[in-house]
Amino acid sequence: MASATDRHPLFIPLILIGGLIFGFGLAYSHMARPEVVLNFLQFEDLGLLFVMFGGAAVTGVVFFVMPRVLDRAPLTGGSFERRLKSFDRNVLIGGGIFGVGWGLSGICPGAAYASLGIGNVTILWALAGMFLGAYLQGYWRSRSAKTNAAVTGAD
Amino acid sequence: MVADPVPLQVAAELFPNGISRYAVGGLLVGLGAAVIYVGTGISAGASTFLESTLSYVSGQSRFQQYVASRDWRLVFTLGIVLGAAVYAVVYQGGAWTTDVAWWRLLIGGVFVGVGTRVGKGCTSGHGVCGVGSASKTSILGVIAFLLTAIVTAQIVAALGVTP
Repeated sequence: MASATDRHPLFIPLILIGGLIFGFGLAYSHMARPEVVLNFLQFEDLGLLFVMFGGAAVTGVVFFVMPRVLDRAPLTGGSFERRLKSFDRNVLIGGGIFGVGWGLSGICPGAAYASLGIGNVTILWALAGMFLGAYLQGYWRSRSAKTNAAVTGAD
Repeated sequence: MVADPVPLQVAAELFPNGISRYAVGGLLVGLGAAVIYVGTGISAGASTFLESTLSYVSGQSRFQQYVASRDWRLVFTLGIVLGAAVYAVVYQGGAWTTDVAWWRLLIGGVFVGVGTRVGKGCTSGHGVCGVGSASKTSILGVIAFLLTAIVTAQIVAALGVTP
């Protein structure tokens, strides 16, 4: 990954443009409103399915086409790969915990940032909670990594 | 008055606000992720920002892997906030605020913060980029969070908490 010093001058502007479109889309879809997400989860309006699958349809095409068109990404020299993460039980445990939070609050991280953008200052409660949760798991995993290293005496 | 054909009635019941706002919004979310991917090869997710930003203020070893990407992730999130603000100015005509109780947002947020990071992704990482990659891990992750979210939201509603 490009480090801050040898980055292409258009790297940060492109990230900003991508974020602008991403955030505008989240607001346009109304997913930035927790009430709309809760209505979806209570089967009162299933429209939200089109947000996720509409988004996945676009990325699906791009992820399929780009590796066949270009060898390297123009701004980073990185290769075009699909988003494939290894499966372990953390995917289900973490997904389950995330689901409880999403069902309770009606908000997920990207939609929370967009929610702030549409003027919903009340969402700062959720953002504070997300940072706290991310810190708690990071603290716990940093400690258990240290303990494991001490037990095995190796990295 | 002539009743609508049954499929239309069902559609009106399942999609009381139509589907265009959702479909157009979703296509734009995908386009935003695609713009970044085409230029950089990065499939961006929203929840990594939480940990990468914590690396500015915390020395915990878990967060150090995100030091190299924390500045552009901050820009990505800033873009999301500004993009949504453009929508608010153009279409919403001012600020909109939620009526969902603060304690639901706060406690739910803690679960979201823990779960997305332990589970390797959120609605954008797993849901948009992972599903778009036909990743089995992401599809299983989406099923996990969708099921527990539905159960949780239904229980909370059944307990009479609104909203």
